[in-house]
Amino acid sequence: MMKTLIEVRDIITIFDKKIVHDGLSLSINKGEIYGLLGPSGCGKTTLLREMVMLQNFDSGSINIMGHELDNIKHSEAQKLRQNWGVLFQSGALFSPLSIAENIALPLIEYTDLSQVMIKEIVEYKISIVGLKPEDAHLFPSQISGGMKKKAALARSLSMDPQLLFLDEPTSGLDPISAREFDSLILKLRKLLNLTIVIVSHDLQSIYDTLDRVAVIDNKKIVYEGSLDNIKSINSEFIQTFFAGKF
Amino acid sequence: MSYLSLEINKEGSNVSLNFFGEFTIYQVNSYQSQIDKINLNAINELSINFLELNYLDSAASIFIHNLSMQLKKQKIKVDLICANKDILDILSLVENYKKKTTYIPTIKTFNIIEKIGKNTLDNFFGFLSFMAFLGKLFINKIKYLSNIKNIRYKEIFFEINESGIKAFWIISLTSFLIGVVVAYQSSFQLKIYGANIFIVDMLGISILRELAPLITAIVIAGRSGSAFTAQIGSMKITQELDAMKTMGFDPYIFLVLPRIIALMIVMPILIFIADIMGIMGGMLVANLDLGITSELFLDRFNETIAVKHFFIGIIKGPFFAFLIASIGIYRGLKVKDDTQSIGLNTTKSVVESIFAVIVCDAIFSIAFINLGI
Repeated sequence: MMKTLIEVRDIITIFDKKIVHDGLSLSINKGEIYGLLGPSGCGKTTLLREMVMLQNFDSGSINIMGHELDNIKHSEAQKLRQNWGVLFQSGALFSPLSIAENIALPLIEYTDLSQVMIKEIVEYKISIVGLKPEDAHLFPSQISGGMKKKAALARSLSMDPQLLFLDEPTSGLDPISAREFDSLILKLRKLLNLTIVIVSHDLQSIYDTLDRVAVIDNKKIVYEGSLDNIKSINSEFIQTFFAGKF
Repeated sequence: MSYLSLEINKEGSNVSLNFFGEFTIYQVNSYQSQIDKINLNAINELSINFLELNYLDSAASIFIHNLSMQLKKQKIKVDLICANKDILDILSLVENYKKKTTYIPTIKTFNIIEKIGKNTLDNFFGFLSFMAFLGKLFINKIKYLSNIKNIRYKEIFFEINESGIKAFWIISLTSFLIGVVVAYQSSFQLKIYGANIFIVDMLGISILRELAPLITAIVIAGRSGSAFTAQIGSMKITQELDAMKTMGFDPYIFLVLPRIIALMIVMPILIFIADIMGIMGGMLVANLDLGITSELFLDRFNETIAVKHFFIGIIKGPFFAFLIASIGIYRGLKVKDDTQSIGLNTTKSVVESIFAVIVCDAIFSIAFINLGI
């Protein structure tokens, strides 16, 4: 029996009279790697932002780990935020802080751990994402795009979250780094028992990592399920996007 | 090199255009003027001769296409003589796409009344959103100050250093020079009446009450207000603000309030420094130009300048600081996802905060005069 971790129901989002989502529903189970796919501008990132409470939706409901995001209490929201990690497309590392300080920040703010303990946790997170220990004191402006993503991933993992949101994790990476990142995600899922929600355009990464996907097209979900029988769906986006494979 | 030209041969009512060499985007304009010279009303047949042409680019083919369409409209027969397959291909490509292309719709332009209405409405909503920001700030301030543990000393001291201590020299220098200038200008007038000693009264009141707070506020608005906007604006563009929010770090508590509090603490101190330097500047000029020794100056200063003038100047500090910091930060949070937006909002932040400071100063003046202070 799979436990549902995220339940999205009948989400409607309207930007300045332009309808972005017209009744989206999907559910994400514990322990799976779930992909949000769709053509550019279909509102995948918007849906992700709504899930992490960066943006409001106009109607419908989102339930994450038993919390309704609509009129959630401040203290519950804070608790939820410590239970998830978000990786932004550009990394969004805090530019005045070094990589180590970025990773340590949530630990310093939310826990009463000693400096020594925090240092050890930071070292562990740095090695788990495959960064070198000597990179720890570099600043975000001094490192490459791939390293930024790894560092941001380490930061989002610093509080040992159960849930990870990744916004186009492989975009802007060269194919080798992208594949490395994919295997890193698979490894982390196994190690930390994570549930991961990914917005992606990268076909290879979609086939390599995702368990289940939701395809958003024309403001609606046109498909939700595993990749195996996706080709049978009559949607222009799915037919062109998955045309090359299988 | 091939020889490029257009020859126009006219035989009765038949005209032939003979193109030589290449016809590209660089020739379109000159050929156009050559063709314009032909009196199109007098002809009924036109042949376009591409036999000597070896290259035609897409701009030129659009030109040829438009020309033949125009001629056909005027019921003039157009013959195309061409043996080159590449040229025929590019012409037919243009013809096909011209059929398909729809005109790019022109953006609706507004007339002046619509523009005024739109701007008024925008400004009104801008004002409302600033009020919403102040409301949010107030709630956060209460939340923040309700628990002593929340106060972020590290950030506050960092900002005090950045916008206070590092501004020491520039504020000292500016206010010293303002003191010199004001004293120099007025000493010239005072000498005429032999009222040299009154320079002390004049400088004391004007610098302590008005000039030092205003000069400090203007320097800080240009220095820290713009910095706040640019820092927070770029954090918004790089999604650092979003990242903070998803990690549960409220930007108001981490970024906004420390800056406002730091500036409110540091501003009175800077005004005090500006007072000292301004008076010193005045004293120097009084000594050199009017022959008032510094002992005499300070004696007179002690006698005539009431301490209230000093306090009025200082008390303005936190208010000015609040205006500068909150406008700077508000503008930073307004930055949109494009690079233009940072520049625009930084400019606005400085202009608006200087304006707000001056309005605030005017209100203070009226209030203090009515209160008899």
